[in-house]
Amino acid sequence: MKSLEELKAIREKNQGEINLRSGHDMAGSKYRLHVLVCGGTGCTSSGSQKIREKLVEEIKKNGLEEEVAVIKTGCFGLCALGPIMIVYPEGAFYAMVKEEDIPEIVSEHLLKGNVVERLLYDETVKGNNEILPLQETQFYKKQHRVALRNCGAINPENIEEYIGTRGYEALGTVLTTKKPEEVIQIILDSGLRGRGGAGFPTGLKWKFAAANQADQKYVCCNADEGDPGAFMDRSVLEGDPHVVLEAMAIAGYAIGASQGYIYVRAEYPIAVDRLNIAIEQAREYGLLGEDIFGTGFKFDIELRLGAGAFVCGEETALMTSIEGHRGEPRPRPPFPALKGLFQKPTILNNVETLANIPQIILNGADWFAGMGTEKSKGTKVFALGGKVKNTGLVEIPMGTTLREIVEEIGGGIPNGKKFKAAQTGGPSGGCIPAEQFDVPIDYDNLIAIGSMMGSGGLIVMDEDTCMVDIAKFFLEFTVDESCGKCTPCRIGTRRMLEILEKITNGQGTMEDLDKLQDLAAHLKSNSLCALGQTAPNPVLSTLRYFKDEYIAHIVDKKCPAGVCKALLSYKIDADKCKGCTLCARTCPNDAITGSVREPHVINQDKCVKCGACMEKCRFGAIYKE
Amino acid sequence: MLSKKPTVQFNGTKEQEKELLEMIHELKEEKGALMPIMQRAQDIYGYLPYEVQKIISDETGIPLEKIYGVATFYSQFNLSPKGRYRISVCLGTACYVKGSGDIYNKLMEKLGIVGGECTPDGKFSLDACRCVGACGLAPVMMINDEVYGRLTVDDIDDILAKYE
Amino acid sequence: MENINLKINGLDVSAPAGSTILEAAHLAGIRIPTLCYLKEINEIGACRMCIVEVKGARNLVAACVHPVNEGMEVYTNTPKLIASRKKTLQLLLSNHDKKCLSCVRSGNCELQQLCHEYGVEDEDFYEGEMNHYELDDSAAHMIRDNNKCILCRRCVAVCEKTQGIGVIGPNNRGFATMIGSAFHMGLGETSCVSCGQCIAVCPTGALYEKDYTNQIIEAIADPEKYVVVQTAPSVRAGLGEEFGYPMGTDVEGKMVAALGRLGFDKVFDTDWAADLTIMEEANELLDRIKNGGVLPMITSCSPGWIKYCEHYFPDMTENLSTCKSPQQMFGAMLKTYFAEKEGIDPKNIVSVSVMPCTAKKFEIGRDDQSAAGVPDVDIAITTRELARLIKRCGIEFTKLPDEGFDNPMGESTGAGVIFGATGGVMEAALRTAVETLTGEELANLEFTDVRGTQGIKEASYNVAGMDVKVAVASGLGNARELLNKVKAGEADYHFIEIMGCPGGCVNGGGQPQVSGDVRNFTDVRGIRAGVLYRNDAEKTIRKSHENPEIKKLYEEYLGAPGSHKAHETLHTSYVKRTVN
Repeated sequence: MKSLEELKAIREKNQGEINLRSGHDMAGSKYRLHVLVCGGTGCTSSGSQKIREKLVEEIKKNGLEEEVAVIKTGCFGLCALGPIMIVYPEGAFYAMVKEEDIPEIVSEHLLKGNVVERLLYDETVKGNNEILPLQETQFYKKQHRVALRNCGAINPENIEEYIGTRGYEALGTVLTTKKPEEVIQIILDSGLRGRGGAGFPTGLKWKFAAANQADQKYVCCNADEGDPGAFMDRSVLEGDPHVVLEAMAIAGYAIGASQGYIYVRAEYPIAVDRLNIAIEQAREYGLLGEDIFGTGFKFDIELRLGAGAFVCGEETALMTSIEGHRGEPRPRPPFPALKGLFQKPTILNNVETLANIPQIILNGADWFAGMGTEKSKGTKVFALGGKVKNTGLVEIPMGTTLREIVEEIGGGIPNGKKFKAAQTGGPSGGCIPAEQFDVPIDYDNLIAIGSMMGSGGLIVMDEDTCMVDIAKFFLEFTVDESCGKCTPCRIGTRRMLEILEKITNGQGTMEDLDKLQDLAAHLKSNSLCALGQTAPNPVLSTLRYFKDEYIAHIVDKKCPAGVCKALLSYKIDADKCKGCTLCARTCPNDAITGSVREPHVINQDKCVKCGACMEKCRFGAIYKE
Repeated sequence: MLSKKPTVQFNGTKEQEKELLEMIHELKEEKGALMPIMQRAQDIYGYLPYEVQKIISDETGIPLEKIYGVATFYSQFNLSPKGRYRISVCLGTACYVKGSGDIYNKLMEKLGIVGGECTPDGKFSLDACRCVGACGLAPVMMINDEVYGRLTVDDIDDILAKYE
Repeated sequence: MENINLKINGLDVSAPAGSTILEAAHLAGIRIPTLCYLKEINEIGACRMCIVEVKGARNLVAACVHPVNEGMEVYTNTPKLIASRKKTLQLLLSNHDKKCLSCVRSGNCELQQLCHEYGVEDEDFYEGEMNHYELDDSAAHMIRDNNKCILCRRCVAVCEKTQGIGVIGPNNRGFATMIGSAFHMGLGETSCVSCGQCIAVCPTGALYEKDYTNQIIEAIADPEKYVVVQTAPSVRAGLGEEFGYPMGTDVEGKMVAALGRLGFDKVFDTDWAADLTIMEEANELLDRIKNGGVLPMITSCSPGWIKYCEHYFPDMTENLSTCKSPQQMFGAMLKTYFAEKEGIDPKNIVSVSVMPCTAKKFEIGRDDQSAAGVPDVDIAITTRELARLIKRCGIEFTKLPDEGFDNPMGESTGAGVIFGATGGVMEAALRTAVETLTGEELANLEFTDVRGTQGIKEASYNVAGMDVKVAVASGLGNARELLNKVKAGEADYHFIEIMGCPGGCVNGGGQPQVSGDVRNFTDVRGIRAGVLYRNDAEKTIRKSHENPEIKKLYEEYLGAPGSHKAHETLHTSYVKRTVN
């Protein structure tokens, strides 16, 4: 790639195809229809590969190869409805598609133009072959896609499609018309903050690294997304890998680095494949390598695979891991901007952060700063999960409230249950109770209410969730993932978990609660890295908002949500029991006795609380309390 | 040489060793090459036994202990191979009270390995697991994806025989 | 250098730019507790004992690694910090084998000391699951007890960074993290060289030498046994520290008196054998130079170095001098020359050595180290074990008079005594070799170019028209660097002295342990070496070839240096080992 003109030519060549998918301009496309099939991890595991093969087969059978293009894309976001496919230009959104549905879709819709209404995502059905555009459905209406812009919209394995959406134009513009310090100023002015956790201003990070002189500097991309329940980075890598490469090259130009590393989880094989393809293509098109856009700027990227250690999401641990060591964090200072990877000035940005960069360059800092709240600009992607109807990836402007996310985008809590709390920030975050439902979500508000943005997991919990158990769940995770280097985290998380186990087993005392709180504070201020410093957050936030639940476990020996096994007992309602003996036969420990057609009784001393009897009872006679 | 012999004798082939050596020579001059080398070595052998780590150590000059320290830090590196048939015995409460501990012991005795290991012929590996959610069938074990419930110690021989 | 001004606990402090808070506090007379920190080699901020408050900082910071800034305000002993450190100690104790009464480090354990200072009144405050490990006693010289390990990683740092070996390191992750060798190998199965530097830096009782003090007590009590002890040069330079003397006190006289009172039949000096070593080694060097032998010749006094060479530079074992170490030469002469002279059956002699070294425990079991058909040395103990022995036997060390070594094997020169410091063997050898080559008396005996505690030293001397190029390395990491230069053809030395421990034997793995907060601010090597150089300067005879008892030994028994008999008794052979 030697010039912006060359890039523009490629863009124009592909413009028609891209336009077709926005529904307005069909003239420029070689095809009459595009069928986009999600090839993200979620849909792939629900069988989208088979769907795509079948689709190609049926299209061939109907002789539509010249008219209909099948495109494998990244994630659309509505993972719960996978496998997903969309037919453009009409934008017909087929959800939970089965292989046997394909012939009908092809023969009716693709061939004859009759949308197969019964297979459409119900919310988009208007009747009479009319479709409600996806953007107007509940799930998408409040979303604003910046980082996820191309996810589900382009073929991530084709660099020309990316270029067709103005891809690499930001890099070209920067290299040919802007000085490095101007680039940094744009990022500073945009107010972009790191999307990986703590929310450090990205421009500032770049500025520090740019200011340090060195023979070699590095740009690292943190794609070691490890929070349980968070997968937005994976979706970007799978759906729009080039945006990450482009942003890294821009960062490289801004700070004076010629080498980049992407540290990506090995558990993301599709993302790894797409990144490899993307890097190859970018090199082929001269968008990585020597003399990019004929400006003499050189930049290349190498992929490094993680090997299953959550702590490697911490910046110094990640660099230590790339260097080939145990991924243990190191003390800061020195900060990576001065001594990072291989002791050279380094910046580390997370995938979602990078995904915003080209858009900021193209649309200007003001455009980006126009979204969000005073101190948190732009949008944030959340992986919405747990007890909520619409699970999946949502990108919302900063400042959206939790209520809007859960009730509107998420469609509320299923089964008529009551919302209890939302957990953000994964093992480093906390639980936000219902009374904070209307707090606008941004970095500072989340910290103020005892949680944090983290990488963007958002797990909704209803009345059936025990908050002590949740705290225990996250602590189990940190105990497993603690690197073992510093004392407070190595031993302290273990001791905290043991206290929580004691409490959930009904053996806790009020002194234990003090000890727990005390240890939590100790870890927060004494641990070496952010993993240990934030590990107590799930405990602290549940103690802050749900202390009564802890007390119920300790004093009343009860688990109000009915989760903690040791504190429940299974009982048989004598009025409902028909004496069928099924429960007694099911019980693994012969704890249930009773004669045929007589109400049965559970011997509490023998009951191991496995719940098998309750599952088996056909009369709903068994309950727990 | 190791005094504590692993249960599964290392039976790497000449071809594997050649591939390993070529790969190491291709990568070793790169900065921070150890992890990529270990990952590719595991792709070649399926796990990273002493013999493989020793070759990596000799070829790169990185102390064996350092390689082992890395291998035991990251959960994706395996030190012992997994069997073609992976047996997991549920040691959750319900299964345990129904005698899954005895089942587990019987399997160890029968296979001549302890939990976490693999039989010398590479056929079976044995692990304990937490509740698989089939308490009504307790005690339960799984061989690959197959669930066996209401087990007694006497069933073990017949079940294993199915995998001969 | 530019200075940084800051406040620590309200005091104005000025420290050189680049200092850490810990160093600045030290300058101001404020001690901040540390457990993991070892200057330059273990700056990992892991134990969290040295946390301090910095005004404006979000979290507590680790003083050991945090640099000072202009105008910084630091607090080192606020109630919050004191409570934090106590909690950290209690957490450590919750996974620590607290059998302190029976612990070898009881009384000088750094963890125990800090618990005492921080008023840890409840050692079981955080009860919970503990890790349990088997003892590793597979190595000849030491025991590893991970149940007492607090994962400070000082041992790992010294093994990997100082010694360049890395046979121990952190394995597993999180709470299961443990220091060990690859694949759970015992240390004895690895290419551990037995230097004992890990023991020297361990803050707790997790690492300790194999103790042979009771065997000595039993041998002395056995009327059939003739028990003879030799003491290495560095022992007298370190032993006093165990009895409250300041570092750098020469306690030779009291040490000899104590050994006599312990009941040894003879108290001899390894320095005598050091002089003998010089006679043989200088002869071997001149022979190699004259007759085209393998050069550079490398000293063989340090058994840690020998084992290292066998494992890591097996192609260079030909370069090793075939001379036994002074310890072994002593034992060989004890059981041949002395035994014959005194009419004692060598089988009845118990040859005991007191060494600043743990590798000596390995060396006594090597092949080709039994001149009289029985091992040259039967029991090798460290300086620390000697102190224990003296205490156990109720000898009030500080009240002892100064006494002298027995003869004949207690007579030594200044050349023999400086063996304990890096460069000492080289200097002693040069004193003899130069005089032998030139036939003239040296005007100045002090070869200052090879003195000092730096890791690698080089010098060149014009002797009788020939340029003799020498080099000295101490610490095996330095040895590796030097040898790689030799192998690459970048250096052409005639003679190299290598000592396994940094600074030489005065800083050996068997010397009294120096706690981290002293070690980090003290030139332990230099101060202890000072004892030896002062001792040398005070001697009337300072050249090995002038030792009258050595002359007598050659006249009466060996003939000449390098004679057939000398070869039979005083020289040895090496093996090639693998790396594990």
